[in-house]
Amino acid sequence: MTRARRSAPASAPAAAHDHRLGLLRTMILVRRFEERCAELYSATRIRGFLHLCVGEEAVAAGVLGCLGADDTVVSTYRDHGHAIARGVPLDSLMAEMFGRVTGCSRGRGGSMHLFDRATNFLGGNAIVAGGLPLALGVALADHLRGDRRITTCFIGDGAVAEGEFHESLNLAALWHLPLLVVCENNQYAMGTALRHEHARTDLALRASSYGVAAWAVDGMDVLAVEGAARLAIEQIHGGAGPHFLEMRTYRFRAHSMYDPDRYRDKAEIAAWKTRDPIDHLIGLLRAEDRLTDDVLARIESEIDTLLEAAVTTAEAAPLEPVADLTRFTTSERGGTP
Amino acid sequence: MSSAGRPTMTYREALRAALREALREDERVFLMGEDVGAYGGCFAVSLGLLEEFGPERIRDTPLSESAFVGAGIGAAVAGLRPIVEIMTVNFSLLALDQILNNAASLLHMSGGQFNVPLVIRMTTGAGRQLAAQHSHSLEGWYAHIPGLRVVAPATVADARGMLRPALDDPDPVLFFEHGSLYNTSGPLEEDPAPVDLDHAAVRRPGGDVTLVTYGGSLPPTLEAADHLAAGGVDAEVIDLRTLRPLDDATIMDSVRRTHRVVVVDEGWRSGSLSAEVSARITEQAMYDLDGPVERVCSAEVPLPYAQHLEEAALPRPDRIVAAARRLLE
Ligand SMILES: Cc1ncc(C[n+]2csc(CCOP(=O)(O)OP(=O)(O)O)c2C)c(N)n1
Repeated sequence: MTRARRSAPASAPAAAHDHRLGLLRTMILVRRFEERCAELYSATRIRGFLHLCVGEEAVAAGVLGCLGADDTVVSTYRDHGHAIARGVPLDSLMAEMFGRVTGCSRGRGGSMHLFDRATNFLGGNAIVAGGLPLALGVALADHLRGDRRITTCFIGDGAVAEGEFHESLNLAALWHLPLLVVCENNQYAMGTALRHEHARTDLALRASSYGVAAWAVDGMDVLAVEGAARLAIEQIHGGAGPHFLEMRTYRFRAHSMYDPDRYRDKAEIAAWKTRDPIDHLIGLLRAEDRLTDDVLARIESEIDTLLEAAVTTAEAAPLEPVADLTRFTTSERGGTP
Repeated sequence: MSSAGRPTMTYREALRAALREALREDERVFLMGEDVGAYGGCFAVSLGLLEEFGPERIRDTPLSESAFVGAGIGAAVAGLRPIVEIMTVNFSLLALDQILNNAASLLHMSGGQFNVPLVIRMTTGAGRQLAAQHSHSLEGWYAHIPGLRVVAPATVADARGMLRPALDDPDPVLFFEHGSLYNTSGPLEEDPAPVDLDHAAVRRPGGDVTLVTYGGSLPPTLEAADHLAAGGVDAEVIDLRTLRPLDDATIMDSVRRTHRVVVVDEGWRSGSLSAEVSARITEQAMYDLDGPVERVCSAEVPLPYAQHLEEAALPRPDRIVAAARRLLE
């Protein structure tokens, strides 16, 4: 963690300031998007499983900002933040929530399966740990071609208990693949606390037992997240093989919209909320006298406008005709059934 | 040399020749699986390929079915043309999540953006006294899954000719090799044409009864047809070749000529591919039938070790002959 902090960007103050404002904007955009989704969900205008990452925005913003356009991202069912921070167009994300043909997955994926070829966003995967082997394969392909790309795979702390985690980390280390695994350790796998799901709760340590470079990072501090991600990516580019970052974070809301959240202590939630990643960065910028109420209000109102427009266009967008139900089951080619 | 003057080769050699050709012709192709390299493949299919193509392209993997099958899926999405070998279909169950939830679903879930041009080869079937955990015929289960193509080469020529079209397919193809076929041999063209994966093959024309089968059940079915011929019954034998999508037209065309059908499938009868074929015949050609569709399947037990029990569990030629005779009575 200290190593990670030291590597935080040492750019010129003004540029660094703009950069931090960018991070702040991304985090606020993610949060407002999700809050809007929660409202739309409660109003039954969007349906399905809805997993929000409120509280975890620093991980998405900090990691994805470090990636190149050619890099591949594999996400989980808690994928809104990743998709937004990756730059998947907001309108297509909202349209997907509404199940429209203009959605990023043409209405076939929904909240848990946001896909976008243009930004190499290889989907939200709803099988816990199921994205890891996939990411491994993309990294293998890049490695075999000698491409300077890396693949980033997001997982939760629950995924570390799955066999696929262990198979994949072993293989990634064995083959020295350009893979960055980012574990969002939000302390719970649905309703099961970390200490009830893992015999050893130090997840970075477990990853490192495969020979994967692994660090634990304060996932509520976007600059720490970014510093660690940047260093890991640098080292992967330098040929150091796969890296694992355990982001210690917390989700402020329930696991999904169906979850009555009975398993968590109110005091625990309140304690973590004092470490809100957005407030944290705002505090930092204010302490440096670099953020005025004006600027903040401008960011908020601009995001508000974007979201309202996205909702309006999404709701007005067409649905895929039912006649096209079976399209994309297999690739479309002339004449073949 | 065969009587036709063409070289003969084994099913195993035919597969190897197809792999070699694919590896030579397309640098995106690589083979990955347990023991495919130094060992030469657990059924010796890839013997010698490591020396020729090196460990990057003939890639030994740890015992991690889920991870290496998933890695094949990822590599395919990323533009390579992986061929993944799983030792047997029984072990593919450890990768079923990857096959069903990723390979078969990514294209649809992504609204057509990410296709998975992957070939997964595996052994299937009984007949070698390997007992339950190495003998099952589960390809019918995979044929249940939309998004996959499922093929089962039954002849040396198909073993040689199916890999290329499978690799050309933009979608995941599961390639089932019946364990009892590896040592069979037959004549082969020097440069055989690729196999048409959309159509079943009529392996033996006939007008009295249609025997529908595929893969490792083709030899016993042809043997049964010979027995029937000796008794004056002219059986037509259809080799499905591709289990998904099924070539209904070839089946129905035959049914409309023979009016009698026996489906031979080494899978279990309940919920099997034979059930699907039978249902389709009922849906599409019921009034052309002279009697109910007969099915010869494996006994509904985990496949036993003892030779006589295994033998009794499988669709042997005498059971196929008996089923056909019942229809002709
Ligand atoms: C293989 C599998 N088992 C169970 C589930 C049901 N499930 C969905 S999310 C979840 C909890 C996962 O927790 P974690 O990996 O920590 O991610 P988080 O939800 O905390 O982001 C479970 C058990 C699933 N989707 N996949």
